Amino acid sequence: MSTAVFTDRQAISRPSTLRERLDLSRRMTFIAAIVVVLLVGLLLSFIAWNGIQLFIRASVPLLSILSPDWAPSTDQFGILPFILGTIGVMVVAAIIATPLSVGLALFIAEVAPGWARNIIRPAMEIFVGIPSVVYGWLGLTILVPFLRTNFNAVGFNLGFSWFAGSLVLALMVLPTIASISYDALIAVPGDLRQASLALGTTRWQTLRHMLLRAASTGIMTAVVLGMMRAAGEALAVQMVIGNRPVVPTSLTQPITTLTSQITLDMGNTVGGSAWNDALWTMGLVLLVMSLGFVSLVRYLGRRSQLS
Amino acid sequence: MNRSLLADRIATITLWAIALFVVALLAGIIIHFLWASIGTLSIDFLTSDPSDFGVGGIGPLLWNSVYMLVLTLILTVPLGILGGIYMAEYARPSRITNTIRFCQELISSVPSIVVGLFGLALFVNATGWGFTAMAGALALTVFNLPLMARLVEQAIRAVPDDERQASLALGASKWTTITHVVLPIAIPGLVTAVILSAGRIFGEAAALIFTAGLATPTNYDFSNLNIFDSRSPWSPFRSTTTLAVYIWKINSEGLGTFVREIADASAAVLVIMVLFFNLAARAFGRFLQYRTSGV
Repeated sequence: MSTAVFTDRQAISRPSTLRERLDLSRRMTFIAAIVVVLLVGLLLSFIAWNGIQLFIRASVPLLSILSPDWAPSTDQFGILPFILGTIGVMVVAAIIATPLSVGLALFIAEVAPGWARNIIRPAMEIFVGIPSVVYGWLGLTILVPFLRTNFNAVGFNLGFSWFAGSLVLALMVLPTIASISYDALIAVPGDLRQASLALGTTRWQTLRHMLLRAASTGIMTAVVLGMMRAAGEALAVQMVIGNRPVVPTSLTQPITTLTSQITLDMGNTVGGSAWNDALWTMGLVLLVMSLGFVSLVRYLGRRSQLS
Repeated sequence: MNRSLLADRIATITLWAIALFVVALLAGIIIHFLWASIGTLSIDFLTSDPSDFGVGGIGPLLWNSVYMLVLTLILTVPLGILGGIYMAEYARPSRITNTIRFCQELISSVPSIVVGLFGLALFVNATGWGFTAMAGALALTVFNLPLMARLVEQAIRAVPDDERQASLALGASKWTTITHVVLPIAIPGLVTAVILSAGRIFGEAAALIFTAGLATPTNYDFSNLNIFDSRSPWSPFRSTTTLAVYIWKINSEGLGTFVREIADASAAVLVIMVLFFNLAARAFGRFLQYRTSGV
C-alpha cells in the first residue's frame, strides 16, 4: 500500500543534508509555508498591543474590566456582560445543535441508504457555505418575528433575545458538528461494528453502546469546534440578539456578546479613546478564547491517538 | 414486540426525522430567498447603482465582491499552493513543522471579526492606506491562506507514492516530479480547494467591515483604467464595500423604505453564488478527474 510507504517517508527524522538545504525549490516552498507563522506572530502582537492599551493609555485598573457595569460615558468598562453573553449564547447553541448534528452524523454514517446520503452530504456543504450575514438576515426577518408572534401568546416576551441568537448559531454550527462527527464515526473500524452485531444486538444498541462510545473523543472535538465557531460569529448574532449590555439571566432577555459589541461600536468610537481601547481588549479576550479552544482540540486529538 | 427491537425502531425513525428536518430546513432557506426576491431580482437590479429613493440596484457591490474575490485569490492561490507543497512533500517532523501546523490551526480558529481588527490595525492604520480593497483582501488572505494550504496539502498527499517513485526512478529531480507528476494528478483537489475557498471569500463580511470600508459606491467609471486612481473601479486602493457587507450595512443603518426588498434579493444572490460555487467545484473536480485519469 502506498500509505505505508508514505508514513515511512514521514517518519524519517534526520537533519537536512547540505544538498537539501541548498535546494532552491525547497526553500521557495518553505518560505510560502512559513508566511502563516509570520501572520500569526503579527496578529498576536497587534491584537495584544492594542488590547492592553486600555490599561496603559487609559489607565483603567486591570480587574475593573471584570465588573458587570458597562457605561463607557462614565468610564466604566466592565466587559463581564459580553464575556458571559458570548459563553451563554455559545453553550445554548451547542446544547440545541449537538443532538441534531450527532443524530444527522449517525444517520449518514449508519442508517442512510445511498440515495439519501447523496442528497445530505452535498446539502451539508452548501449549509456550511451560506454566508453568516444571510443567516443573520434570516434570523432578523423570519425567526425574530416568528418568536414574537408565537411565544407572546403563551406569556413569553420573546423577540431579540439570547434564545434567538442561540437558535441562529445552532443552525450555523449544525453542519460543522455533523460533518466532523461523521468523520469520527466512519473512522471506527468495521470489525467492532460486526463484532457487536454478531452478539445479536440491534442496530441502535450497536450505535449507542459501541459506536458513540468509540467515537466519543471525535464527537467531543466536533462539538468544541462548533462552539468555537459560535463564539466567534459576529454579524448573524449581532442582528438578532438585541445588543443590551447586561449579565444574561434569562433566555428571553436581549443580551450582547463580545463580537456584537465590537461590530457595533468600532465604527462609532474614536481610535485612541478609552472606549475604543476597551473594544480592542474584547478582541484580545476573543483571541485568548480561541487559543484555549485550539489547545483543547489538540488535547482531544492527542487523546484519541493514544487510545 | 421486544423492547430493544422497539427502541431500535424508534431510533431509526428519529434519525430519519432529523435528516428530513435538516434537509427541509436548507431547502426552506433557499426557497424562501428565491421566493422573497421575486419582483426585485432582475438584470437591472444586478447592474444599476444603489439609490436613496427607490429599490435601486447592487451593481457596484456585486462588482466589488467579484473584485475582492479575484484580488484575494491572486494573493492566496500561489502562496497556498507552494505552502501546501512544502507541507506535503518536504516537511519532516520537526519543531518548525509543528509550529507551522499549530499556526494554521490557530488562524482558522480566530474569529473573523478579530482578523478584521488585525487588518484595521495593520493594513488600514499602520500602512496608512485607509479602507481599501487591498486591506480587505489581505485580511481575507490571513484566514484563507492556511485553509488553502491545508486543502492543497491533503490533495497532494492523496497522490499515490508509486507515481513519485516511478518518476524519481526515471531520474527526474524532486521538483520535476512535483510539478510534472504530482501536481497534474492533484489538480482536481486543487481546483476544488480554490473554488470552495472562493465561496467563503465571497460571503465574508465581518473581516471586511473594518478593512474595506462601508461607503455606498455609485457612479463607477469603468473606462478609468488607472489602477492608482482611487476613483477608478479597477484600483485596489479604494473603499470597496462588498455585497455581504452591504446587507449588514443597510440593515444596521435601518434607513430607506426598501431595505427588506434589497436585502432579500442580495441575500438571494449570495445564496445562489454559494450554490453555484459548490456545484462548480463538484462538476469541475469530476471533469478533471475524468480528463486526467479516465475514470
